[in-house]
Amino acid sequence: MKQQIIISGLGGQGALTLTRLLAEAAAALGLEVITSETHGMAQRGGAVISMVKVGPFRGPLIPAGSADLGLFLTDKTLPAHRFYLKPGAAAFVSTAAPGDYFHVDGPGLAARLGLPAVAANLALLGYVAGRAGLFCGAEALEQVLRDKTPERFRDMNLQAFKAGLEVSSGQ
Amino acid sequence: MKNINEHRILMGNEAIARGIIEAGCTLAASYPGTPASEILPAVAAFAQETGVSIHAEWSVNEKVAYETALANSMAGRRSAVSMKQVGLNVASDPFLRSAYLGVKGGFMIISADDPGPHSSQTEQDSRFFAMFAKVPVLDPSSPREAKDMVGKAFELSEKYELPVMLRPTTRVCHARQTVALSPPEILDRPARFEKNPGRWCATPQYVRELHRQLNDKIARIAMEPDFAPVFTPGDGSFPGVGIIASGVVFAHAWDLLEDLGLGGRVDLYQVTMPYPLNRDFIRRLEAQYQRLLVLEETYPVMELQLKSDKVQGRLTQTIPGEGELTPEVVGRILEKFLGRAETPGAAPPGGGVRPTLCAGCGHRAAFYAIKEAFPGGIFPGDIGCYTLGMNLGAVDTCHCMGAGISQAAGFYHAYAAGGGEIPAIVAAIGDSTFFHAGVPALMNAVMHRARFIMVILDNATTAMTGLQPTPEAGVNAMGQPAQPLYLADLVRACGVKFLRECDPYDIPALMSLLQEAHRYCRTPEGGVAVVIARHPCMLDKKAYERQPVYEMCVTEDCTGCRHCLDEFECPALILNEGTEQVVIDGVRCVGCGVCSHVCPGGAIEARRRE
Repeated sequence: MKQQIIISGLGGQGALTLTRLLAEAAAALGLEVITSETHGMAQRGGAVISMVKVGPFRGPLIPAGSADLGLFLTDKTLPAHRFYLKPGAAAFVSTAAPGDYFHVDGPGLAARLGLPAVAANLALLGYVAGRAGLFCGAEALEQVLRDKTPERFRDMNLQAFKAGLEVSSGQ
Repeated sequence: MKNINEHRILMGNEAIARGIIEAGCTLAASYPGTPASEILPAVAAFAQETGVSIHAEWSVNEKVAYETALANSMAGRRSAVSMKQVGLNVASDPFLRSAYLGVKGGFMIISADDPGPHSSQTEQDSRFFAMFAKVPVLDPSSPREAKDMVGKAFELSEKYELPVMLRPTTRVCHARQTVALSPPEILDRPARFEKNPGRWCATPQYVRELHRQLNDKIARIAMEPDFAPVFTPGDGSFPGVGIIASGVVFAHAWDLLEDLGLGGRVDLYQVTMPYPLNRDFIRRLEAQYQRLLVLEETYPVMELQLKSDKVQGRLTQTIPGEGELTPEVVGRILEKFLGRAETPGAAPPGGGVRPTLCAGCGHRAAFYAIKEAFPGGIFPGDIGCYTLGMNLGAVDTCHCMGAGISQAAGFYHAYAAGGGEIPAIVAAIGDSTFFHAGVPALMNAVMHRARFIMVILDNATTAMTGLQPTPEAGVNAMGQPAQPLYLADLVRACGVKFLRECDPYDIPALMSLLQEAHRYCRTPEGGVAVVIARHPCMLDKKAYERQPVYEMCVTEDCTGCRHCLDEFECPALILNEGTEQVVIDGVRCVGCGVCSHVCPGGAIEARRRE
């Protein structure tokens, strides 16, 4: 099993949380995993990218044109980071705006559920988990959400995750 | 023996911290700086979790951190000091001297480099600094390796009574990986300082002998078998060809060779100790190879020690002389070196989204007031979130910690001696930076009768690096009470006669204070005027919850003049391109209300939210 995933967003949006969840899911399945994150100046609202490499990799970075999957927390960073995807690899975007990518209206879902804006990311994760192609299934991610999310965010995260999952099963 | 088989996903910096705790280290000191900031908090957290006793501190700067940790080592106890690479510049004085005088308890310096650079004012190579100081340096390629190297570094340090450097780079510090945990080693070593003036006070007459001993130590360390390069032999497909790599570039090269189907086909060496480079290794390379490629970040440290015309690297311009060696760059170099067709690569587009101060940030309000008050002014800046004030045209210089104050003095002297009109000079410095390196600069400016305004942007935290407490907070790195030090006391103690404080959210009040400060500077008895602009960081959720929140709206009076967009640049103010009017982004707006002071037509209104 080898899979390379990018997670792109604006600093402070919550890319690090999704990165950690995916890494924990891989580890829980007994898979090797190494990730890379953006810290520092770019976290102040600039375009940030995280990378998750599942399988026998040594380095934390994904070369341009090599990622199997892309999770975009906003369509604003698509132009900056899409080049990391392999030709034909799927980009999943949390946005209300349709385009040449798979999209789920994460912010809209979060608002309808009365959840804070960061919950949109979990809706995106749920949506991606519901589509084939991720190294792990929705159950594995849901378990990680239960085990690794701080208690005060747990219900909110699970609710958003399931909402995203439902959208993908409805399609 | 609990924890013995536990594995956990750790960030590189957390893995280093875990290594520090497991090695029985009793003092860890640091000053925050990307990419090293997460090490010390993780030391404190692991100490708490495992119940070991350690003194962990955020020192006021790296020099102080270094010297504090060094004395713990002189008392026979294991000690660690961590910082970003430019922090080592600040600590360079004790660093170089400690190589000569040596240490007792294991002493490890973690100097985290930032090739790229991503968040630094240089992309200097700490391994080069280690070579200059004659201190051995270890270069991990992953979080797991970084943790393993910590224990080895302490052992090496104690064996030779010499400081040892661990040099992770951003990509190792901020990578995450599953790491095996072991229980902490408990070393029974009560503090015992043995007097030895010839060593600990070494006057010049002793220094030459200490230097000879240092040279001898380095020569012996270069023969240490445990620190020799790790060899992965090829299958003979590339006779006489070898690749030598250190740090995360080794990991990139490994993955890229696998991708190219060349894994295990070409001789590959991982150098874990780039200085001093193993002597037998140097001889072996010379004897066995015709062509060698050296991959390392960011300066040619191994390459210079190899001194061989068989080597291709930075000195032969095979590898770019600057910038991060990303997989894209290394991939092209490997393909060329191994005679493979170049894979056409996807090129990164330009642009992207640039960082900006957060919505509601007090710094933005202060910068707006400064440039509105002094349109023709010179604005020396400093290091922190507030460097982003350059986007607002309110930061003209950014050099190194504390430099803005000395530069303000220097600009004053330049214009004063030049005889022409002296512009308003307003230096802006953060609270943590002022404690770090601003105090001597302010003393010097006052003493030499410079006249300028210094604004301390006090957000009550070290924001850029992740909200570490400042000396004013009255809390230490372990979360225990500390003796608070107050900015205002320090400013007065530096001899400043004009000191005012205000909340920068009140832009008109801050502007009038700045004007008053400016008049003081120009009076015959005037000097440096200090204004403390105090508003807590918006990332501090508790502070945010304490402040009033306003419902912001833009009225029909908005003419789309862009003044608020260009001069204030709040991420919550956006232009509706259809109506050509400004609208509030309800998700990003924190309701600080400050922008109501900014619109020249009064079209931004604030209503107190219930």
